[in-house]
Amino acid sequence: MGKNKNKTGSFMGIFRNQIFIPLAALLILALFNFIMDPSFFKITFGYNSVGNPVLSGYLITILDYGSELAILAIGMTLVTAASGGQDISVGAAIAIAGSVMLRVLCGTNSRPETLQAPIIVAFLVGCIVAMLFGAFNGILVAYFRVQPMVATLILYTAGRSIAAWINNNELPIISEPSFGYFGGFIPGVPIPTPFFIAVGCMIVTFLVLKFTTLGLYTQAVGINESSSRLNGLNPTFIKFFSFVLLGLCVAVAGLIKVSRLSTINYSVIAKDIEMDAILAVALGGNALSGGKFNMASSILGAYVIQFLTTTLYKFNVQSDALPAYKAVVVIVLVVMSAPAVREKLSSFMNKMKTKKSGAKEVSM
Amino acid sequence: MKKKLLSAVLVLAMAAGAVGCGGSAEEAPNADAEGSAAEADASDGELIKVGIINNDPNESGYRTANDADMHAMFTPENGYDASFAYSLKNDEQIAAAQKFIQDEVDYLLISAADTAGWDTVLQDAQAAGIRVILFDRTIDADESLYAASIVSDMDAEGQTAVDWLASQGLDEYNIIHIQGVMGSAAQKGRTGALDAKVAEEDNWNIVTQQTAEWNAEKAQQIVQSVIDAGTEFNVIYAENDDMAKGAVAALDAKGITHGVDGDVIIMGFDTNKWALQELQAGNWNYDGQCNPFQAAYIDEVIDTLKAGEEPAEKVIVMEEKGFDAATITADDVENYGI
Repeated sequence: MGKNKNKTGSFMGIFRNQIFIPLAALLILALFNFIMDPSFFKITFGYNSVGNPVLSGYLITILDYGSELAILAIGMTLVTAASGGQDISVGAAIAIAGSVMLRVLCGTNSRPETLQAPIIVAFLVGCIVAMLFGAFNGILVAYFRVQPMVATLILYTAGRSIAAWINNNELPIISEPSFGYFGGFIPGVPIPTPFFIAVGCMIVTFLVLKFTTLGLYTQAVGINESSSRLNGLNPTFIKFFSFVLLGLCVAVAGLIKVSRLSTINYSVIAKDIEMDAILAVALGGNALSGGKFNMASSILGAYVIQFLTTTLYKFNVQSDALPAYKAVVVIVLVVMSAPAVREKLSSFMNKMKTKKSGAKEVSM
Repeated sequence: MKKKLLSAVLVLAMAAGAVGCGGSAEEAPNADAEGSAAEADASDGELIKVGIINNDPNESGYRTANDADMHAMFTPENGYDASFAYSLKNDEQIAAAQKFIQDEVDYLLISAADTAGWDTVLQDAQAAGIRVILFDRTIDADESLYAASIVSDMDAEGQTAVDWLASQGLDEYNIIHIQGVMGSAAQKGRTGALDAKVAEEDNWNIVTQQTAEWNAEKAQQIVQSVIDAGTEFNVIYAENDDMAKGAVAALDAKGITHGVDGDVIIMGFDTNKWALQELQAGNWNYDGQCNPFQAAYIDEVIDTLKAGEEPAEKVIVMEEKGFDAATITADDVENYGI
């Protein structure tokens, strides 16, 4: 009997686990594609125009384009958990970070023959600037207690103009091929680089959450700010810090974005990516009002969103209709996580459980 | 006390927010300051006051060149006192127009974000004796409400491009058509010509027709999706240079050859300098011009109006060309690149 109970417990556990939501969404999408056209899962091997081996296919495309989103989802999850609000300025901040990197690489000439600085220097400068802008948001939210969405609205509206101003409104183009590796392929490696960068970020995040108290403190602050203060934490700093970390994620995502085409378009780069990043967090089953979070869930959520986007492209859905489909996902999520629906569901589950164990007792 | 402090801070934050908004959407306040400074310089007040409403100069290379052209022409040295307002949103543009009318400008120059909704504000302008000149984009309003409209003929641009494509004499045309923001004049004109030709000819097929909203990254994903599906194509008809660039990036990643002697014909629009260089290098095949230099035409119209006459034609169509990779010269890149 005890054994039986354990079994049902772990079985139900899968359903109750947060990661079930994005996993289920992923399975539904995969199943849909499998039924409609199994060639969706085909991966082919070939060579790109400079003769490097590359893998291609829809799955590779998903891993490729979903990576920036996954990186952003890491930072967005922390911000959401700590502050109970979202940063809507990440798209604009990517434009700024990307613009700074190109500015450092190009110097004053927008079409340089050779790079004016090593790529790593440009990246680090981009990181610092993005973290400063993150800190700006963080100060408004943590110290001045402005609603996160209102605080980040400032950068959301002004960010792209700032990005354009950094490069004097010119459109720099980098001809150095090695800069394209970050958003493309490293010679000899057939898997897109953004995926490796994303995996790197995930490993670092995993280690940080495992070996530091960042995760615990963030959740504590998100669940109850005053009781965490009474327990000796500094909620203000932790909120502030989560925005700075998001800034770092923005810089990494920005590097990938500008590397893809070795140029930047201030008004459209990473357009509406903030909404996708927030959706990734929500799809991961994390409460948008803060508190407990599951990082793996958010990251999976990001890839699910790209899966959805790629699927819609495959079926030739008009690309300006994509947001409408994402809206449907949001509606389903919001309804599912509403307290009233949750209560109904859990009471339904409990009923099922008691029925089952009752039946078992009889059979025994 | 604490609450008071908090609310004061909030107000400050809001003010910062407002400044932020100003930075991106509407630089009218700054521009006004510039304008009045210019007025002070020429204290005799002989300057012609113009209010210029344009789209966000960051939108594209075209817009950047257009805005720079405007700034170069409407200076105090040329006898103008110009105020600028920028927005990609129609309602913000209309609000800016109302402000300029209150400021009693002499001429109102408008590049409208959208074709609809301008009647009332143009009637106000007429009542205030302000002459309106449209540039780059037309609007759905009665012709009597504006003095002149200086435009690119987008239909002709599309037609020139499609005629060029037809002259290539391929056995079969399998076209990936990447559109601009749906409903914009450029999208309509450039799509219209291609759609008509595809409907007419049996060997012209559209493989996919998607809007990438002028966004290179989206264009890359759209072409990537077609490649992943394994569908055959031999023409990419992108409605601007950025999207053509994104499409080419997707081809390069898969090792598909393009341009002169390549498998896929690449077509773009707007003649950015870097795009013309791609043409010169043989990576692309065709680039259609969309002339951003309207300031000289506007200057001429204002001179005519000042003399008490009306321009000979209400709609002034600018001359525009199409460039072929086979015939483009270094001079073309220099003269027409934006």
